[in-house]
Amino acid sequence: MSELKPMSDNTPESAERRRVIGGLAAAAAGLAIAPGIKLIEVAQARPEEQGASSAVRWGMLVDATKCATGCDDCVSACSTENGWTPVAESAKPRQAPQWIRKLELQDPLTQMETNLPMMCQHCAEPPCVDVCPTGASFKRADGIVLVNRHTCIGCRYCMMACPYKARSLVHEPLNDTQKADVPRGVGCVESCSLCVQKVDRGDGTTACAEACSAAGHNAIVFGDLNDPDSEISKRLRELPTKQVRADLKLNTGVRYHGI
Amino acid sequence: MASITFREVEGSSLKYWLLLGGLGLFVLFGALSWNYMHHHGHVVSGMDNQIVWGLPHVFAVFLIVAASGALNVASIASVFNKPLYKPLAPLSAILALALMLGGLLVLVLDLGRSDRLIVAMTNFNFKSMFTWNVFLYSGFFALVGVYLWTMLDRNVKTYSKTAGTAAFIWRLLLTTGTGSLFGFLVARELYGSAMLAPMFIIMSFAYGLAIYLMVLVAAYAWSGRTLGDAVMMRLKSLLAVFVAAVLYFVVVHHLTNLYFTKYHAVEAFILRDGGIFTTLFWVGQIVIGGVVPLVILLSGLGRQRAWILVACALVILGGVAQMYVTIIGAQAYPLDMFPGLDETSSFFDGEIHAYAPSVPEFFLGLGGVAIALLVTTFAVKVLRLLPASLDDATVAKLEH
Ligand code: SF4
Ligand code: SF4
Repeated sequence: MSELKPMSDNTPESAERRRVIGGLAAAAAGLAIAPGIKLIEVAQARPEEQGASSAVRWGMLVDATKCATGCDDCVSACSTENGWTPVAESAKPRQAPQWIRKLELQDPLTQMETNLPMMCQHCAEPPCVDVCPTGASFKRADGIVLVNRHTCIGCRYCMMACPYKARSLVHEPLNDTQKADVPRGVGCVESCSLCVQKVDRGDGTTACAEACSAAGHNAIVFGDLNDPDSEISKRLRELPTKQVRADLKLNTGVRYHGI
Repeated sequence: MASITFREVEGSSLKYWLLLGGLGLFVLFGALSWNYMHHHGHVVSGMDNQIVWGLPHVFAVFLIVAASGALNVASIASVFNKPLYKPLAPLSAILALALMLGGLLVLVLDLGRSDRLIVAMTNFNFKSMFTWNVFLYSGFFALVGVYLWTMLDRNVKTYSKTAGTAAFIWRLLLTTGTGSLFGFLVARELYGSAMLAPMFIIMSFAYGLAIYLMVLVAAYAWSGRTLGDAVMMRLKSLLAVFVAAVLYFVVVHHLTNLYFTKYHAVEAFILRDGGIFTTLFWVGQIVIGGVVPLVILLSGLGRQRAWILVACALVILGGVAQMYVTIIGAQAYPLDMFPGLDETSSFFDGEIHAYAPSVPEFFLGLGGVAIALLVTTFAVKVLRLLPASLDDATVAKLEH
């Protein structure tokens, strides 16, 4: 496998090859979902020597002006892709995990309403990673912030530290909602992974962005912030965007327009 | 200097065994609670994805802070060389160890994956305050352990001052570390202050001493030994100074916050609009934990032993209230991601979060307290920690 080119290599040929290998690995993951297996490696669906590259920085642009009131297609797509139960279906909504949620904002003075999806902002300087005692919270070279569910001890310190309330503790044993390539577990913390399984498979998009385009809103653009020719970089150059709680200087990977 | 005879507590009376059994029962309840929460997950607790640190953290942090404070008496004896405190030092050290053990157990057993303790001991992230605390806590056990040894074993007595000084410095670091666990949380409005670390230190002085005094009086009363007024009055005055200092720090902390506009909303929440948290702050932390004990200790009431004990109990209750307000109040107050805008979502953004602790959480916390007292009760029986008598005549000789 060592002849494989690194992730930063964007030739169509290598993308194709990655897709095939990713598919095989995903199938293998389906077979291998037994306790004790190193699920996190399987989930990454890539050989270790071909790690995430810092030449890439995955990120998102959310255009709040296009985000439709009452639509939560991104939320249900995320829940389906990653296997967490939608909050509306949960018996204990306050304890239910949420990876992404629709946030409705209103200016009490002007009555102006805005709505937008909120999820892990994939901070370049993530406080969750700083405070995690075991190093279970980590940032990949390509900017994706993940939780290693083999070393997470469920101390929830990262949840205290995240300014975006992006993380959830899994409060109860999971039934059959698990997805083969998205390992989850009771007592561990989880959050938006930027659909790392899809990214590593070479899909080049996330479930929420896909669903948003499918619904015709196109409010979410996913892509490589480091690549000046990517769609997201082009749009970011044109549109004025903001980071949520920019005062904390976390350099978030998710940027918002229209807030 | 007059010499003092230390003697083990007999520990064969029915009363002793009842005490041991009673504490053991609470330890058992604690263990069962942990088992229940561990088996079903945190879903059976009152905690949720808004309030992630609940009542067990209140107990755990209180015990850890009090542990460091319980070492006060020993520190005064050896670091500041006050002979009156020397005979009181061994109990102080053992109490510090026992409280620390109780607090850590609660903390660890409340983890989402308490079965992964070994992971926490083998994977470290040195940017994390939590990791530093793991070392601070283990170091505390080691240093106070050695210190206790130098007090109990004549052969190493000469090292007592060195060991005591090391333990003293360490416990200051430790409480700073515990305070910083919160101070490092950039996102939580209530914690954005450098005052937390020094405030936690002074709180530890008060809580630790209050617990120490109650244990000391109980140990002497129940083992039929004499505890003179000289010791009581000295420790009582010390407690009054600490309680007053805590009040002072709390006032300065809130006044500083009120100076900065960005903290006005969270201050209004704690001080005025926070419901249970406001009540716990004013009634629990300020009145019960501060003002009333101070009045008792400084007035004529403070000359009666029973009233001193009441003051101690109130200081302890106030301390638990303070931890509740600090830990849970800060989480109940919603994160403000979009200042000036009202936020709503399916994840309860923009609203005050409610928290009702469940029975297992309560018993897990009490289990930690029980372990601490059980260890102390057992230690006074097997080790020579308590002077046979602390009557006024014996104590008076020490000072000459
Ligand atoms: S948004 Fe929260 S969970 Fe995500 S990287 Fe930043 S601090 Fe961590
Ligand atoms: S809950 Fe898990 S990921 Fe979060 S800080 Fe603790 S160990 Fe790290």
